[in-house]
Parts: sequence; structure tokens; C-alpha cells
Amino acid sequence: MSDVAKTKNVKKEMSRLANFTKGFFKENPVFVFLLGLCPALAVTGTVEASLGMGILVIFVLTSSNVVVSLIRKWIPHQIRVPSYIVIISTFVTIVGLLTEAYAYALHGELGIFIPLIVVNCLILGRAESYASKNKVHDAAIDGFGMGLGFLGALVVIGFFREFLSTGAIAYGVYLPLAETPGSIINIDSYVFSMDAFGQAPGGFLVIGLLLGIFNFVAILKRNKKERERQRMIEEKKRQALERKRQKAKEKAGANA
Amino acid sequence: MSWTVFFVAIFSSMLINNVVLMKFLGVCPFLGVSKKTNSALGMSAAVMFVMVIAAFVSYLLYYLVLVPLEIEYVQTISFILIIASLVQLVEMIIKKVSKKLYKSLGVYIALITTNCAILGIAVENITSDFAGQYGLFPGLAVAVTTAFGAALGFGLVMFAFSSIRERLEGSNVPEAWKGVPVSLITAGIMALAFAGLGGIVG
Repeated sequence: MSDVAKTKNVKKEMSRLANFTKGFFKENPVFVFLLGLCPALAVTGTVEASLGMGILVIFVLTSSNVVVSLIRKWIPHQIRVPSYIVIISTFVTIVGLLTEAYAYALHGELGIFIPLIVVNCLILGRAESYASKNKVHDAAIDGFGMGLGFLGALVVIGFFREFLSTGAIAYGVYLPLAETPGSIINIDSYVFSMDAFGQAPGGFLVIGLLLGIFNFVAILKRNKKERERQRMIEEKKRQALERKRQKAKEKAGANA
Repeated sequence: MSWTVFFVAIFSSMLINNVVLMKFLGVCPFLGVSKKTNSALGMSAAVMFVMVIAAFVSYLLYYLVLVPLEIEYVQTISFILIIASLVQLVEMIIKKVSKKLYKSLGVYIALITTNCAILGIAVENITSDFAGQYGLFPGLAVAVTTAFGAALGFGLVMFAFSSIRERLEGSNVPEAWKGVPVSLITAGIMALAFAGLGGIVG
């Protein structure tokens, strides 16, 4: 076993890790690519509904990525999109029936947005741009990571919306997370509750504000980097000038 | 069944339960194709075309094929396939019938397959009792009317939003909020206005 092979292996591991984590921040499907905005706006009224939606999307995305990657060599190029849609909607049907059987409250809350996972651009996008070109395990990792990124974004949005609209975070309502259903993490009681954030307008407002804040932070960072660079350049210029003077002085000294 | 049902269907699906601002269906074209008023209108026309036909066909399919065979659970797969093939068909027909119409709508029609408003309205016609309570025959008319109203609502919001965005282009927006964030906040304020209409029709 040569060292070269070893480093290659390490590199591969690293890239696999990068493949897994790229969906969290750098290529976050919701905040960076604005994919799958319909569910991100519609079901994020509460943290738990967002969590449930995220779990369903992770399942569908991972399994559809795996299947698309498995049969990628047999799908004719011209009809690839319809075949992806059939694969995705099969898993969506499975997920819909499973939630109806085991998490009926969640099924009622998500409602029409469970069948609408079919037209979630994120899933079709990953099938088209990643799973159809890569090996099975890579596609599975990619699907799981991207799904986790989606879930993270949904939960962040859901947290802000639920907190702003009720002043508390409830858990155990739709998912079996608590023994007594409807437990509440009471953060600030109901002192300031803005109902609109739990309803339709809040979705647009919260995502818009979050995107704006992320942009703002990115711009601040960029400006700081720019300033740092500018300072480095000036420092180098100064040093070069100093060296020149030094040399000139030495020359003058030698001449004298 | 009285004629007011149709009025209620159009009114409620156009204004009160607006597809974009209240149900969050079709947000992708709402944000993607709303930079210019002309393209927004073209998109809305294409959506109206496909949405009405899709509602008609999917309602028929559900009550004439899926219910008698007792395979209602393949609803999602069959509807999305119907819509995808319908979009192709409509594109071909428009191309054949009118070159001019194809030039103005052609680009948008291809995008419609992944528009969740189409599938959403088709599924909602089945799952909500509003059309389903009338059974196959009058229910079909109610379902198509609902789809028509929803498409009208989509067009209305698209037109208003694209006009606002055209004005936003020239205004002085903070650097970080330029582009999508400010558009989303605008949409939020529009949704607040539409939320005021809630509760007019039960």
C-alpha cells in the first residue's frame, strides 16, 4: 500500500464528507437555491409540522436518488423527466399512506402538501443534476445531506414563525415526541403573540427577513475580507518602499 | 344545487383562498417569472389554459376510472402523469394551431409541469367536499369553475406583483435586501391584504 493510494483514500473520504455536508449551509436548498419554497412557506407554521415535512422529504429524496441512480443507465435520455416523476411519486404515495397510518395528526396538518412533494423542485432537481450522473452510495449520501439541509431550513423558519405567533414552542402535537400530547416549551408566555406570523403572510415575511439577514451577514463578511486584503496590499507596498529606501541609503553610504 | 355555487366557487378560489398568497401553491413561477409584466401575463394565461383542462381531466379520471376500480391510492401518480402529458399535448396543439400564441406562451408551458398549483388544484378538487358533494356530473362543473377562479386569482396576483417589482427595480433598496428578499416581503404585505378578505365565504 503506497502513500499515494492512502492520500487518495483520504481525499475520497473528505469529498464524501463534503458531499454530505454541502447541503447544510453552502448549497442549502431553501436559503441559497430557493428550491422547494412552496412547502417551506406553507407547512412551517409550527416547528413540529416543519420537522414532519422535513422527515418525509428526506425519505423521499434519499430513496428516489437511490433508485434513479440504480437505473440511470437504462433510462432513455428523452423520457428521463417523466420516469423520474413516476419514481418520485411512487415514494410519495408510500409516504402518504404511511403517515396516514402511523401519524394521522401530521397527515391532517400537512394535508395537500404530502402529494405535492412530487412537484418539489428540490427532489426532481437532485435526480436530474446529481443522481442521474453518480454512483448509488454517492447519490444516497447526497440525498440524505440535501434532505437534512432542507429539514434544517424548515425548522429554522418554523421556529421563528411559531415563536412569533404564539410566544412558545409546542411539541408532541403531531409527532410522538412527548408523553402528554401538546406539551409546551414556554419561552415568553403569550405576552406578545403576533397571529399573522402563524398564518399565510408570516411565511413570506419570515423567509424574506431571514434571507435579507443572511445576505447582510454575507456582505459584512465580504467587506471585512476586502478591507483585510486592502490593508495587506498597503502593508506590502510600504515594506517594498522601505526596502528600496534602505537599499538607496546603503548605496549612498557605499559611494561615500 | 343553485347557481350561486359557481359564483362562490370563483369568488372564494380567486380572492379568499388565493392560490399563491393563501395556499402557497405556485410560488416558484410567482417569484421566478414576475420580473416583467408581459411575461407574468403570459405565464398566467398558460397556467389558466392548463389548469382548467387538468381539473376537467383529473376529475373525470378519478370518478370514472379510479373509483370504480377502487385504486384511489394511485391518485398522485396518475394525476401527475396526466398533467405532464397534458402539458406536452397542449404545447403541440398550440404550436400547430397558432404560431403567434406559441411564440408568446411556448416558453412558459414547458415550465408548468412542475407548477404545484396545477396538481394542487386537481388534488384539492377531490379531497375537499366543495366539488365532491355534487358527485360526478354537477361536481365536474364546480371543479372546473374552481380551477378557473384559481387561475384568475393567480393571474391577478401575478399582474399586481410584477407591476410592483417593476417599480421596485428603480427604487433605493438596501444592498442586502435587493432581489428576492424584498420581493418576499412585498408578497408578505400583499398576503396581509388578502388575509383581510378571509371569512367572507364560509
